[in-house]
Amino acid sequence: MIRLAQIEKRFGQQVVLKGIDLTIDEGSVTALIGPSGSGKSTLLRCVNLLEIPQAGTLQLGAAQINFDRHHTPSRQQIQAIRQQTGMVFQNFQLFPHLSVLANVMEGLVTVLGWDPARAKQRAGELLEKVGMSHKADVYPGTLSGGQQQRVAIARALAPAPKVLLCDEPTSALDPELALEVVAVLKQLATEGTTMLMATHDLRLAANIARHVVFLEAGQIVESGSSQAIFTQPQQPRTQAFISTLTHKAPDNWEI
Amino acid sequence: MPAWLQLMIDSFWPLLRAGLLFTVPLTLITFVGGIALGFLLALGRLYGPKPLVALVRFYVWLIRGTPLLVQLFLIFYGLPSAGITLDAFTAAVIGFTLNVGAYTSEVIRATLDAVPKGQWEASYSIGMNWFQAMRRIVLPQAARIAVPPLSNTFISLVKDTSLAAAVTVPELFQAAQRIAAATYEPLILYIETAVIYLLFSSVLSALQNKLEARLTRHNQQSGESS
Repeated sequence: MIRLAQIEKRFGQQVVLKGIDLTIDEGSVTALIGPSGSGKSTLLRCVNLLEIPQAGTLQLGAAQINFDRHHTPSRQQIQAIRQQTGMVFQNFQLFPHLSVLANVMEGLVTVLGWDPARAKQRAGELLEKVGMSHKADVYPGTLSGGQQQRVAIARALAPAPKVLLCDEPTSALDPELALEVVAVLKQLATEGTTMLMATHDLRLAANIARHVVFLEAGQIVESGSSQAIFTQPQQPRTQAFISTLTHKAPDNWEI
Repeated sequence: MPAWLQLMIDSFWPLLRAGLLFTVPLTLITFVGGIALGFLLALGRLYGPKPLVALVRFYVWLIRGTPLLVQLFLIFYGLPSAGITLDAFTAAVIGFTLNVGAYTSEVIRATLDAVPKGQWEASYSIGMNWFQAMRRIVLPQAARIAVPPLSNTFISLVKDTSLAAAVTVPELFQAAQRIAAATYEPLILYIETAVIYLLFSSVLSALQNKLEARLTRHNQQSGESS
């Protein structure tokens, strides 16, 4: 379970997140939606401490940090959180100097100290899962964007994180390539992988996420089940935003 | 056989020997030392606290703003007045290392900076700490970018070591001066010396190309030039 309480994040004078409360159950998929600059990416990056909030509480499994603007969390505290999270980036960020297989093995060998043979086997299984085992020995530069993102998902899953954080995982892909990434994420969701994703992609938010959180200007405007948010948004602001997305909604939904 | 050719053949070995005994070791030692110093300076400049950043900038400003020959004279002829006497080779090693360190620190700083920030974030996201991310992810990519500019420094250094002649190191150029003075044939001797320097630089350029090909093999496979 992930629990965020009263999370506040500032960049200089600008307050990007204003007291965010959010709880994510194990095995659930939550989508963060909202206009650009609403703070959804920042919120995601606060969960694995790529951004350190100035106030609030983050609880992930047994690890808990109470943020305080006057002192940053210790390296051990940060590692305790990071090792329970995996992250998928908008621009993949595979390691270009390592083969596909080595990209997936890297965390297991360097961070967790696994024996390379064992890491290789686990990496092979994960590549199989995302349908990329036939490209295990090539370098990332030779792959399409969709293939790179699938490898990035395998890399993020390698240390068996408690939660997979996805920051706009399909935004850099054309719709067809995005589809193969959506398919992989959907499969992970059915297998019970806990996911938190920031996205503009309705296919992700509506078809995979069970919960949707609408953010604007650093605050949660509305949250609920994805069907409720997409079909009967309560807040005027949510309605306006949803109407810009839903012309792509599944046909069986009455809007 | 014409006399000039005979002189070239006779002097070839003494010149090459001076090159192999002094020019090459001086180049290699100061290059390795200079890169190590440059790396530390670059780390200080990029990630150090403010006073260290200022200190590194001051150092680079000082070294780059003064002639190498003056620095060598200061170390070899000047320092004895302050009670520090060094033999010629040691003085040259120190002088060249300090110099190469200052120049390469700027190259290394730029190449470390050229690795996208997202690579650090990806490293952190799989649980790496700063040292692991630097060693496993950032440094290998920075090294690839750094090969051409550092090779430039290296090849310049081979030739710059001729300045060590001025602080009595019996390297290639000093050997040439000695033989030229004894035979009164400066034209022939200095042409021959230039050819030997050219030989050294060519071997080094070939090594650079090899190293570059090795470090960029992941790019060539995709047929991209970047």
